[in-house]
Amino acid sequence: MKKMTLHLRIWRQKDANTPGKLVSYTLNDVTPEMSFLEMLDVLNEHLVAKGEEPVEFDNDCREGICGMCSLVINGIPHGPEHATATCQLHMRHFKDGDTITIEPFRAKPFPVVKDLVVDRSAFDRILAAGGYISVNAGSAPDANSIPIPKEVADEAMDAAACIGCGACVAACPNASASLFVSAKISQLALLPQGQPERKRRALRMIEQMDREGFGDCSNHAECEAVCPKEISIAHIARMRREYMKAMLC
Amino acid sequence: MKLDSKLPSGPLHEKWDRHKADLKLVNPANKRKHTIIVVGTGLAGASAGATLAELGYNVKSFCIQDSPRRAHSIAAQGGINAAKNYQNDGDSIWRLFYDTIKGGDYRSREANVYRLAQLSVQIIDQAVAQGVPFAREYGGLLANRSFGGAQVSRTFYARGQTGQQLLLGAYSSLLRQVDLGRVTLFSRREMLDLVVINGKARGIIVRNLVTGEIERHVADAVVLATGGYGNVYFLSTNAKNSNATAAWRCYKRGAAFANPCFTQIHPTCIPRAGHYQSKLTLMSESLRNDGRVWVPKKKGDKRHPNEIPEDERDYYLERRYPAFGNLVPRDVASRAAKAVCDEGRGVGEFGQAVYLDFADAIRRLGIDVIRDRYGNLFDMYERITGENPYEVPMRIYPAVHYTMGGLWVDYNLMSTIPGLFVLGEANFSDHGANRLGASALMQGLADGYFVIPYTIGDYIAGTELEVVSTDADAFKEAEDGVKQQIDKLLSIKGKKSVLEFHRQLGEIMWDYVGMSRNAEGLKHAIKEIRKLREEFWQNVYIPGDSRNLNKDLEFAGRVADFLELGELMAIDALHRNESCGGHFREEYQTPDGEALRDDKNFAYVAAWEYKGDGKEPELHKEPLEFEYVKPTTRSYK
Ligand SMILES: Cc1cc2nc3c(=O)[nH]c(=O)nc-3n(C[C@H](O)[C@H](O)[C@H](O)COP(=O)(O)OP(=O)(O)OC[C@H]3O[C@@H](n4cnc5c(N)ncnc54)[C@H](O)[C@@H]3O)c2cc1C
Ligand code: SF4
Ligand code: FES
Repeated sequence: MKKMTLHLRIWRQKDANTPGKLVSYTLNDVTPEMSFLEMLDVLNEHLVAKGEEPVEFDNDCREGICGMCSLVINGIPHGPEHATATCQLHMRHFKDGDTITIEPFRAKPFPVVKDLVVDRSAFDRILAAGGYISVNAGSAPDANSIPIPKEVADEAMDAAACIGCGACVAACPNASASLFVSAKISQLALLPQGQPERKRRALRMIEQMDREGFGDCSNHAECEAVCPKEISIAHIARMRREYMKAMLC
Repeated sequence: MKLDSKLPSGPLHEKWDRHKADLKLVNPANKRKHTIIVVGTGLAGASAGATLAELGYNVKSFCIQDSPRRAHSIAAQGGINAAKNYQNDGDSIWRLFYDTIKGGDYRSREANVYRLAQLSVQIIDQAVAQGVPFAREYGGLLANRSFGGAQVSRTFYARGQTGQQLLLGAYSSLLRQVDLGRVTLFSRREMLDLVVINGKARGIIVRNLVTGEIERHVADAVVLATGGYGNVYFLSTNAKNSNATAAWRCYKRGAAFANPCFTQIHPTCIPRAGHYQSKLTLMSESLRNDGRVWVPKKKGDKRHPNEIPEDERDYYLERRYPAFGNLVPRDVASRAAKAVCDEGRGVGEFGQAVYLDFADAIRRLGIDVIRDRYGNLFDMYERITGENPYEVPMRIYPAVHYTMGGLWVDYNLMSTIPGLFVLGEANFSDHGANRLGASALMQGLADGYFVIPYTIGDYIAGTELEVVSTDADAFKEAEDGVKQQIDKLLSIKGKKSVLEFHRQLGEIMWDYVGMSRNAEGLKHAIKEIRKLREEFWQNVYIPGDSRNLNKDLEFAGRVADFLELGELMAIDALHRNESCGGHFREEYQTPDGEALRDDKNFAYVAAWEYKGDGKEPELHKEPLEFEYVKPTTRSYK
């Protein structure tokens, strides 16, 4: 199997209160079949064997669906491959001798926990401010009692595909969470079930987003470019309309 | 220990209703005075947490990940079953019940499974009301597909992301209760012990994974929804953080562990590519609806698959099982793949793969239809392997996927420790020796939305719950134990990484306690696991300390528990002298290689009781009675 040598520059930071810095490592035994995170596993095995502390990075499903992995790779959240989360990126997209810089998702509302791990709990708090439909278990009508046109259901599904990773925030010069927030507002605004709470939801979620310290959207569209689930910025436009309508009445 | 399954009397279809009518209720005004701990935020935990809070209980919700939304349930692709019979194709509660009992190879309780089939209908209603965007037909009504060999179309799905959408629905309901102040979230916490006071579960000890602090949490009841233990095999389709620690520590506190050897090996996963491999990726079972499974007829045939002519291919599932063909249940398909690879007819670099070929389907239906049905799965396959499955057949191989075994629970989902309830994959309840596709999501949500809210109320209303605080001795003792273990792990400072131990354990488990087992191999595995465990406690190396985020330390605790659980799985597999479902003992098979069940001697649930470290666990048997379905040989021929 072909082996590659890579030069890694990785952000190391002990905890939220200690300043961090980029540290260089060289890896000689990377194969093209490895995933990016498996490459980091190999690095960590080498570090542990030398008695050094491994690089901490968040991950769980390694299938691009849980939204736990992050990483800014050579300046791009989730790295160079389009519509691909870090955990689905494979080393065949890199060349022998490449230098790769790996940093955490950076944004004020996402404080670094350690090394490449950040705290994204602000997202939970935004969704808790209205990203739901109020229905208690047991009180739902028959599922087929409200037909929903296929196109509408598909569009809602497009929005619902967001994995809550936060790459959109990390990519935005203003650290805006608009793509993430609009995906949820849009999904629920499209569906008949979401109508009763539509206005309240838009107002409260957007207020919470501001309160968490995320910036405003000024249409850079960097978020859409890095989103692993190809969430469209058209949702941001819909969110703005929802907000305006909610403010007006 | 006495196992009382508390199965209600009466006709099958009335049992749950009658039981509900008999359950005691908690006065609505009193509910908020009761705190319930829910560990886990997957489908089971999130739905339970939300529903209990809706009823008015004060809920504390714990998970390992940084957000409840990231629980492993998020990764489920294929779908969720429900006996809605929207397709008018002959489905019914009875049929779903029957299929599940039969699919489980007659090793589950009739009453539980019937209740599950009944509740399946309500789950879809609930999910749609939450805004889950299930697939729909042009007329606007819900779409269904047939899944995993079912002969009716009863599976609801949201593209290839059904688990994600159902979990986000449950999570949104959970967050609504956070908003209303009835749920408190504790993310990045790992439960490391259960606190039992006066014989009742009254709290947990958790480690804050960011600060390393050990915390005590007290409650009137503890609900465990911590998922399955497939990662005991190291390589599995489970998420990296999936683990058995919470369940295992409860086992050591007196909760019986049932049928630990019942594991499911999923037939369609992407084969391993190298030593560094960290997990295996499932390709949804729905692919078998249109893909045809084959290997070359000749051993060691290294030709490119597209160069192997039709008459030199062995479509072995179609040949062996003409009635079900490529849609035989998971255990049957997995074993058949292993058999052809063992014969030397496997393909791919290591000869550990079979082809899943879409060429016929593409010819018949056109590439657009195939792209529409499986596009995202094909993309995922290509991303991982670098090969284009529209042109070259996929290579697949079985991988560990799900664990049917788990903590023993009665009909109320209560373990052998009063006040400890176990939901979802963490319990053993409904799938017998083999789970049918699209049934885990159904079970997790049935447990959380529709069973636990009734049964926990009965427990709380009917139990004398003394006032206890986190100052109680039992809390201190449990916390000390947890701290000692952490200190001990860190002080070993050996030479081998946690990952390496885990890998080695995985190899033993896969080779001897995997797809097929025999007495000799199982005895060997028990010996090897003990040796490895001993070495672990002398030679593991964990970098860093316990005062901040330290994944090696977290994983060390989990691997330590896997090293004990693995042994129990082998012991259970060794004692079960029959082949049933996912448990295939080579000594017990028919002349043509089919599983040979022994209903006379083994129609029971094997519940193991912990007797102390280094002591043999004690076996308790819960006999299974079949009043409504007569056990027959499962035949898919
Ligand atoms: C790739 C894949 C695809 C699948 N597809 C399907 C499908 O299509 N249909 C289907 O029906 N089933 C499917 N399954 C099975 C199904 O997804 C799982 O069985 C189910 O989601 C388990 O849900 P759960 O709620 O029991 O546990 P999980 O979702 O595993 O959640 C466990 C929770 O417990 C927490 N936890 C664990 N240990 C601790 C601890 N010590 N302290 C604190 N918290 C802890 C975790 O953080 C997490 O929140 C699939 C499984 C896999 C692996
Ligand atoms: S919108 Fe895209 S980038 Fe942002 S959180 Fe969702 S999936 Fe991630
Ligand atoms: S690890 Fe789950 S999305 Fe990457």
